[in-house]
Amino acid sequence: MSDFMARVYVTPRPSVRDPEGSTIMEGLHQLGFSGVQMVRAGRYFEIMLQAGDSHQAEQTVDLMCRKLLANPVVEQYRFDLQLEATSE
Amino acid sequence: MKFGIVVFPGTNCERDTAAAVEIAGGQAELVWHADDSPLQRFDGLILPGGFAHGDALRAGAIARFSAVMPRVMELAQTGRPVVGICNGFQVLVECGLLPGALLRNDSLQFRAEWVHCRVEVSAPPLTEGIPVGTLLYMPVAHGMGNYCEDERSPLGGETLVALRYCDANGDAAAAANPNGSAGNIAGIVRGNVFGLMPHPERAVSPLLGSVDGLALFKSLTRSLVAA
Repeated sequence: MSDFMARVYVTPRPSVRDPEGSTIMEGLHQLGFSGVQMVRAGRYFEIMLQAGDSHQAEQTVDLMCRKLLANPVVEQYRFDLQLEATSE
Repeated sequence: MKFGIVVFPGTNCERDTAAAVEIAGGQAELVWHADDSPLQRFDGLILPGGFAHGDALRAGAIARFSAVMPRVMELAQTGRPVVGICNGFQVLVECGLLPGALLRNDSLQFRAEWVHCRVEVSAPPLTEGIPVGTLLYMPVAHGMGNYCEDERSPLGGETLVALRYCDANGDAAAAANPNGSAGNIAGIVRGNVFGLMPHPERAVSPLLGSVDGLALFKSLTRSLVAA
């Protein structure tokens, strides 16, 4: 078994309005960051998990995203995986 | 007739909801979320308002996996009424008994205020006997009531808009919308499953400022007597 670190990013789907992102963009504009064109606000998860190999870890995290972490009606997700340690 | 009121950790409207059922002539019994025994003894279920599991992740996202939920789905399939109020509505969309999603209010504020809602459908389980166009004056209290339609399961088929936020004249104006909900949607119905953001249980006595919510509970109990 190996330990993996999954970093999961959940964001609103492009067709879904994101009032939080819009408000943050306004704030950035008020601070003088006039070049900001778009802000989309989402969620970030760090998940440590054990899996037999990276393929299995990937499948497991994908299932976690679909079943709980993201709401497919309004959100999309992506993640990356990092091997942390391998044990016997 | 007897209603089960489903209680999750963080639910806080169960007693008001039980009282509203009783005022409307029904009986109510609280059902704990960890109870996975069959719910067939109930003529209908209500998922009341509150903050199940502290709204962690998304409102209703964790409650959806409670032991009681397969039993709720089971009862919904028998055609008996299942009603979600506020947080209960959020649980119903998370578990898929109703389509769409409830996003954060577009103001980013938690809104606790009185609103008018216009009845769009006169049918069981909650609005039978209430003519289309009737205005109901009820409170809302939520941070995530911004209804978003599921593109893959659009409204107008088997799911209908049942209530819309409107002004005192019945006009579904943008200014009368407390959360940015698409089309001023305040409640939807799919067959026997009804979800709404306003709190009818907080409008069941003149002392509370309105009795309009009681009309919905009376319709609910009446629909069962007829069935």
